[in-house]
Amino acid sequence: MPSNYLDFEKPLVELEEKVNELKSFMEEKEIDLTEEIERLNKRAKVLQEEIFSNLEPWQILQIARHPERPTTLDYIELVCDEFIELHGDRQFSDDKALIGGIGRIGDVPVTIIGHQKGKTTKDNIERNFGMAHPEGYRKALRLMKQADKFNRPIIALINTPGAYPGVGAEERGQAEAIARNMMEMAGIKVPIIVVIIGEGGSGGALGIGVGDRVLMLEYTYYSVCSPEACAAILWKDAKEAETAAKALKITAKDLMELEIVDGIVSEPPGGAHKDYQLSAQLLRDEILKEINKLNELSPEELLKQRYNKFRKMGQIKEESEKILSEL
Amino acid sequence: MLKDFFGKSKYVTVERKSRPSRRSSEVEGSGKEGRKEMPDDLWTKCKECKEIIFNKKLAENLKVCPSCGKHFRLTATERISLLIDEGKFEEYDANLEAINPLDFPNYEEKVEKYQRKTGLKDAVITGIGDINGHTVSLAALDSRFLMGSMNSVVGEKLTRAIERAIDQELPLIIVAGGGGGARMYEGMLSLMQMAKTSVALKQLEQAGQLFISILTDPTYGGISASFASLGDINIAEPGAKIGFAGPRVIKQTINKDLPAGFQTAEFLLKYGMIDKVVKRSELKHTLGKILDIHQMGSMRGERDA
Repeated sequence: MPSNYLDFEKPLVELEEKVNELKSFMEEKEIDLTEEIERLNKRAKVLQEEIFSNLEPWQILQIARHPERPTTLDYIELVCDEFIELHGDRQFSDDKALIGGIGRIGDVPVTIIGHQKGKTTKDNIERNFGMAHPEGYRKALRLMKQADKFNRPIIALINTPGAYPGVGAEERGQAEAIARNMMEMAGIKVPIIVVIIGEGGSGGALGIGVGDRVLMLEYTYYSVCSPEACAAILWKDAKEAETAAKALKITAKDLMELEIVDGIVSEPPGGAHKDYQLSAQLLRDEILKEINKLNELSPEELLKQRYNKFRKMGQIKEESEKILSEL
Repeated sequence: MLKDFFGKSKYVTVERKSRPSRRSSEVEGSGKEGRKEMPDDLWTKCKECKEIIFNKKLAENLKVCPSCGKHFRLTATERISLLIDEGKFEEYDANLEAINPLDFPNYEEKVEKYQRKTGLKDAVITGIGDINGHTVSLAALDSRFLMGSMNSVVGEKLTRAIERAIDQELPLIIVAGGGGGARMYEGMLSLMQMAKTSVALKQLEQAGQLFISILTDPTYGGISASFASLGDINIAEPGAKIGFAGPRVIKQTINKDLPAGFQTAEFLLKYGMIDKVVKRSELKHTLGKILDIHQMGSMRGERDA
C-alpha cells in the first residue's frame, strides 16, 4: 500500500490495490480481466467523488498539509513560461522559507512571492518548514515595491503553518515585518493576486496576504491559529483539534460565506498532489483571468477597491441606529 | 490630582445608551459586594519584588511598584485618565458589541462574563480627547477583556478611530495592551482585523497624520503584528512584555531556554523596534512634548502653503 495516503482515503486505496493486483494477475496468467478492471476503476471514481465532496474541515486540512502537495516553486515552474528567482532582503539575509522573483506567464510579466516548503525532511529543514523569518517578509516587500515601480502584477502564494517563532525572529522584529507588509501592500499600485495553495497559517500567511483578489485552492485552509493550538488553549486537549477545525471555519467554502476570500480554485480529483500539471493549469487560468480583469482598473480604483474590501471585514452589532429611530 | 482619576471615569460618552450606564456603575462599585473586606482589596503583592503594597499607595503611584518600579497593568479607563486632561474625553462607538458570527461554542457566555467583569462592551475604548491641550484621536485596549484580544469590534473601533484622525486631522494615539492577539472565537474575522487596521493606517500615513503607538504589558500576536508596531513613534512602558510569538511557544520550538530579559520593552529598544521606553509617570509629559513639536511642524506646513 502506498505510504502517503490519508486515513479517509483508505477505501479508495484498497480499491486501487485490487485493480493493481488484477492487472498483474492478468499479465501473469494471460487472462482477460479488462472488464472487471474497468468496473473497479469506475467504482473507484465514484467513491473518490463521494469521499471528496463530503470532506470534513479536518480532512481538508490533512490534504492541505500533504507532504507531496505541490509547493510554490512547483507551481512557478508549471505556471510560468519563464522565472528568475531573486534573493535577499538587502538588510540581513536571504530567507529560504519565503521566496520570490520575476517571471512571465504567456505575455504577462509578473512578480511572484510565496512561502516555500520542502518535501523531504532534509529539504524541509532547509526551508524551515515554510515558516518565514522577518527577512523573508522584508524580501517579499522589496520585491513587491520593485513590481510596483516596474508595473508588474504581483502573485502571492501562501503556504505556511505560521511565521517562525524563534529568538532571532523576535530580535529582528517578526511582528513589525508582518505589520509593515500589510500596511504597504495597501499602497502598491499594481494588481495583487493572493492564493492560498496549502496552509494559510495566521499572521504568517497574512504577512503576504493583502491583495485585490484572495483565492483559495479547493483543499486548503486559512485560520486565525492552528486547530491544534486552539484546542490546546480552549479545551486543554490537542486531540480536540478536529472539533476546533470545524468551529474555526477555516475552509474555502466557509471563508467564501464570511466574505473573506473571493474565489475557490478547483483542484484535480483527489487533490492537487495527484496531478501537478492539471493543478497548475487550473491555477494559471484563474490567475490570468483575474489579472486581466484587474488590469482594466486605474491605479486609484484598484487601491480604493482593495481598501474597501478589507475595510468592510468583520461582523458586529451596533445599537445606535435602533435607538435613533426610536426617538 | 492624577491619583484621584484611577477607578473613576471622568469623561462622557457621546452616544445615547439604551440602558443605564453599566460601565460607570460597575467600575465605581469596583466588583461584587462583600468583597470589600477581603485583604486582597487592600493589599497587592508585587510579582517582581514580592513587596506587599497598600492598594491606596499603589494607586497614588499610578500602579507602579514604589519599591522596584514594576508597572502593573492599567485598565482602559485608568489609561485614559492618566493621559487625557481632566474632563476632556468624549467616548465614541461605545455601543458596538460582539456577535457570534461563527456560532463558536460558549462565545456569548465568555463575552457576557467579561462585560460584567470589566464594565466594558469589548476590549477597547476609543474617542477624542486632549493631551496637554492637544486634541487627539485616542484608543486604549483593556487587557482584562478576553486578554485584550482583537475581534471584529476592536478592529472596527480602532479603524473608526483612525478614520476620525484622518477626517478631523488629528494625531492618533493607540495604547496597545493585549496578550491574546487575534481573538480565536471569531476565527478569520479576527485575523482580518489585523489587515483592516493596517490598511487604514496606510490611509492615515497618506493623509500625513501622526500616529504614536504606545505598547504596554502585554502586547503580542495579532496586536503587535499589526497596528501596534506601525507608529511613526513607538513608545513602550518599562518592563512591558512585547513580542510576536508567546515565550512558551518559542521555548517549545527551539527547545532552549530564552535569554534573560527576552521580549521586554528594553529588549525591543536594544534591537531597534521601539523609539523609547518611558516611565508611566512621564508618559503624558513625553506625549505632550512630542505633540508640541509635531504641531510646530504642521504650522510650518501651513505657512508654506
